[in-house]
Amino acid sequence: MVPFAGYHMPLTYGDASQVASHQHVRQRAGLFDVGHMVQSNFRGATATEFLEWLTPSSLSTLIPYTSTLSVLLNEEGGIIDDMVITKYASDAFYVVTNAARCAEDLAWFEARLAEWNTSERSNGGPVEHEVLEGWGLLALQGPAAADHLQALTSYDLRALTFGRSAFVPLEGINVHVARGGYTGEDGFEISIPPAHAAFLASALLRSPVQLAGLGARDSLRLEAGMCLYGNDLDESTTPVEAGLSWVIGKDRRTAGGFIGSKTVLDQLKNGPPKRRVGLIVEEAPARQGAKVLAPETSDKIGVVTSGIPLAPTVGKNISMAYVKSGFHKKGTVLAVEVRKKARPAVVTPLPFTPSRYWRG
Amino acid sequence: MHSLRFATSLTSALRIQRALRPASHSFRRTVVTKLYTTDHEVIKFDDETGVGTVSITEYAQKSLGDVVFVELPEKGVTIKQGEPVGAVESVKAASDIYAPVSGDVVRINEELEDQPSLLNKSPEDDGWLFQLELSKREELKGLLSEDAYKKHCES
Repeated sequence: MVPFAGYHMPLTYGDASQVASHQHVRQRAGLFDVGHMVQSNFRGATATEFLEWLTPSSLSTLIPYTSTLSVLLNEEGGIIDDMVITKYASDAFYVVTNAARCAEDLAWFEARLAEWNTSERSNGGPVEHEVLEGWGLLALQGPAAADHLQALTSYDLRALTFGRSAFVPLEGINVHVARGGYTGEDGFEISIPPAHAAFLASALLRSPVQLAGLGARDSLRLEAGMCLYGNDLDESTTPVEAGLSWVIGKDRRTAGGFIGSKTVLDQLKNGPPKRRVGLIVEEAPARQGAKVLAPETSDKIGVVTSGIPLAPTVGKNISMAYVKSGFHKKGTVLAVEVRKKARPAVVTPLPFTPSRYWRG
Repeated sequence: MHSLRFATSLTSALRIQRALRPASHSFRRTVVTKLYTTDHEVIKFDDETGVGTVSITEYAQKSLGDVVFVELPEKGVTIKQGEPVGAVESVKAASDIYAPVSGDVVRINEELEDQPSLLNKSPEDDGWLFQLELSKREELKGLLSEDAYKKHCES
């Protein structure tokens, strides 16, 4: 058990090692209890406009019951948090944010809502924010996830392609199921009312599904090239630098109109000063904080933000790092400093492992 | 994993070992002394050859979990007590190896390059790290006995 965002969370469950658990998710299916994450609803006639002010996402054109990765930006374009936004309708959105950023996010939402609801922008109707206290959130991930979940519902999950969501009856309880996750595998994130969370967790936890902890979650997401807030994202990093330009909607790139848009649009046009890259590191693995060096001059040109030795599926030492623009091209040979020695590191496209989403 | 590092002057371990030594020198026997550091290393010192074999402890391998990479000092180098000379890495964490005593590295366990998991299976035997010829035997006096080490782990 380790402390995480104010919770005590297991790195591993039972006798299954982190590596075994990782492999089980890649080969069969794992169940992650991610109920610590913050689930919220935003409702109100101007909810679309409000969230388009807070994020660079194109929410007005998002199809109902579709989810998108998004970012909350500060005035300088730095990432306050990354999150998944699901649109139910133009006046109703479901949002999942990071537990570790709960205090900052809620304070930000509260202040921006107060500003919004007292300005003429909310003339069409105010926006309300409700945190779903005590709700369960389970992530069922892996190639066997769909068959397993299908056995528990009459809803045809084949229609639920990657990025789509639906309210699905599961053992007689209506739950929100979003197809996607944080592993690069096919899978589902299931939001469950408080009274039913434990019951449905047990119902889902049948062979071949095994519980998976934070350890496997970290190595899986790193192989899948996904960011962990606090490691790979922070308030001094913009989505363009983070390689998340794809979350910025097409119509938002010219019109702007979101908090932080000045920096973000400028970086989209002129390029960012640094960029997130994947590295395969030879010799010793490079972890968070290791310096990235230019190959010939040995000048410091960046820093490792996440890294693990011998990634279970990739079979190599993998890291994510931020490097100065110009050093970010695939195949560039850099060095990372581990225990005062420079170790060769090759810029490698993300994700390290191909994603295996269900696209129908 | 604990990384508390402090000098200690426990000498009881050595005293006990000496008391166990046969009084007669007519058939001299090798005495192997096993001593620990607060950094979770163990050294088995052979008093006849002056060579010590360094390993990580059972406690350390358990806290680290699956060991996937071991970096050892190079053979032939001279190392000083307390300086970092390598590392043991699991998926979960990296843990530096500190020289428990000063000396010259005379042998390294090359098996670990291909089989780092030996550190989990048999940390104190097959998973030994390196051997060194001690240059300052008196440094052993500053290390912990098995009992003192156990207490350290519990604290």
